[in-house]
Amino acid sequence: MTNHAHRAGRFLKNEERAAWHDKTLWMIRQKRDKMALDVPGWEELREQASQIKRHSLSKLNDYLVQFEEQAINNGAQIHWASTAGRLNEIVYRIIKENHASKVVKSKSMLTEECGLNPFLEKKGVKIIDTDLGERIIQLKQEPPSHIVMPAIHVKKEEISELFHQKLHSEKGNYDPTYLTATARLHLRQKFLEADVAITGVNFAIAENGAIVVCTNEGNADMGVHAAPIQIHCMGIEKIIPRTSDLAVFIRLLARSATGQHITTYTSHYLKPKTSGQMHIVIVDNGRSELIGKEDYRDSLKCIRCGACMNTCPVYRRSGGHSYHYVIPGPIGSILAPHSNSKKYKDLPFASSLCGSCSDVCPVKINIHGQLYRWRQDLSQKGVLSPIKKSIMKISGKILTSTKMYDWSGRIARWCIEHFPRKLIYNRLNIWGKERELPEASRESFKQWYNKNYGEGGKNGQK
Amino acid sequence: MQIGLFIPCYIDQFYPKVGIATLELLEKLGLEVYYPSEQTCCGQPLANSGAEDEAIQIYNKFVRIFSKFDYVVSPSGSCVYHVRENYNILPQTDEVNRVRQNTFELCEFIVDILKTDDLKIVFPHKVGVHQSCHGLRGLKLGTPSELIMEHYSKVHRLLKNAKGIEIINLDRKDECCGFGGTFSIFQPDISVKMGKDRLDDHKRNGAEVITATDMSCLMHLEGIARRQKREVKFMHIAEILNSNRL
Repeated sequence: MTNHAHRAGRFLKNEERAAWHDKTLWMIRQKRDKMALDVPGWEELREQASQIKRHSLSKLNDYLVQFEEQAINNGAQIHWASTAGRLNEIVYRIIKENHASKVVKSKSMLTEECGLNPFLEKKGVKIIDTDLGERIIQLKQEPPSHIVMPAIHVKKEEISELFHQKLHSEKGNYDPTYLTATARLHLRQKFLEADVAITGVNFAIAENGAIVVCTNEGNADMGVHAAPIQIHCMGIEKIIPRTSDLAVFIRLLARSATGQHITTYTSHYLKPKTSGQMHIVIVDNGRSELIGKEDYRDSLKCIRCGACMNTCPVYRRSGGHSYHYVIPGPIGSILAPHSNSKKYKDLPFASSLCGSCSDVCPVKINIHGQLYRWRQDLSQKGVLSPIKKSIMKISGKILTSTKMYDWSGRIARWCIEHFPRKLIYNRLNIWGKERELPEASRESFKQWYNKNYGEGGKNGQK
Repeated sequence: MQIGLFIPCYIDQFYPKVGIATLELLEKLGLEVYYPSEQTCCGQPLANSGAEDEAIQIYNKFVRIFSKFDYVVSPSGSCVYHVRENYNILPQTDEVNRVRQNTFELCEFIVDILKTDDLKIVFPHKVGVHQSCHGLRGLKLGTPSELIMEHYSKVHRLLKNAKGIEIINLDRKDECCGFGGTFSIFQPDISVKMGKDRLDDHKRNGAEVITATDMSCLMHLEGIARRQKREVKFMHIAEILNSNRL
């Protein structure tokens, strides 16, 4: 397994592509800025959203129970899944009990997190992702590289080639309209054939048991309306108390995500169709444990807008796959280690801690603060490399002792000044691979000060 | 008013001229400045690498040295931010609180405490301001581009009053340079790419001098620029503010 730094290096090998990736996502960040600027009280709105989420999480148990009661009254069937595996089994059971075999799906990062597609495919169920980006990566057999724009790493020329191979579109036709039409035609057939439609959930409203899904392509609606059985999969943190709270999030979500005022569709699903079934699977998969961790609880406020990815200077230049977790970017880097701290120990370090993610986040998650906290916790857990640990230990000793610090500085400066260039810029000098070291200074500030203001600093010994 | 001068470790070792400029500037402003020579570092390099437990001894040393001053002033937004923000893990004694509250980055000290923004300087150059992240977003020296609020910048306020200065506009006004402390070593490819992109932005927009509140960002940018033989000068903001005083 390779770490983020290594994968990022690989991504950057193709400089032109990396520049294109960076520019594309930066444009979305700029669109977001323009949109946010047009909303009076944007910062107050963020604060309100943050507080609604905090409140909801603090009374999650009550709201979940209320939601369940309401949804059952509406005629929906509620299923509780404590783990990813349980979600997969529940969905499969519903499919099997109804003798179904064809499934369409729209807008669900949760099922991606739980590995639903491979699970169902193994059981012989045909599951088709119906959103354009999701369908592209499904055909490419790749994981998403972004939570809102899962195929943002794929260029239109590559999509054209992919569609030519898989969907028999015209070779060499790169026209996005043509490619979209090709996908649409192909997917229409899938919608018509489907027995079951699965969607993700953006918000679940406790007071009336409604599910809200925000989409641009309308595929959630298409699937749900056409198939007799609808299944909505949601994490427990999707709960908000009231419909009126929804307004706060709807104003923030699309603006933060893609720089739109609002998504094309904001679909509310309340009850099953006549002679249809509506299932809601409520998934924990580690979330309730996260509520118990004070330093990290706030990450559950996330509404999956992806703004932290679009703004992150590291994400934009390393691509979503460099994070090797289902959710990439800054938010993924604080979520991933909860599931496996050893496997994802590199991710909290895949950040310069610039803090842009926290300032752009519509629900005010202190993302870079959590990245910093993770670094400490991973070190405490003993999963960091022993070499790194001992370097830190030695550095700690040096920086605690004035004498050792002064002498180490002297030696380092002397080496830079006197050693031949080849020796200094050796293989182990990572800084020097593409950067010059600072020019050697014969004197430290301290030496200059002592010389000019008296040994030991005549003023220093206050 | 007694000022403790905190010169971060890398400035002490590699950029004494920045320390000298800071000291001279504060003295010109009529302040009584003390430089305790036992000082070493704020501990950030360790803590950012996950070794907060090793850093605590450095924090304690810092607090012991600097708690006796009315203010601690430093030419580094990042180190000041670290003291203010991340010394929260120490038992919050009077000394610790005092140090956390009274440690200031140079520009914010001049603007907020000395309440002046015209240092009567001349600097007839095209200047690109690199807004170091910890100063900008951590110490709130200015409005980050993400936040929708009235625009201000303490750094620009000080620079704008320099006679003859032209502050250039950047395409991305506050993107990170990619230094990020040990990030620059652990993630060298991304770090350097971020730095190159910042340099391109400054160059495209005609910067003759690139300045910042943090020499660490400039050390990284200058390291790339020198390797690539780019013609641009780097000056810490203290050097500009201390230059050519009328």
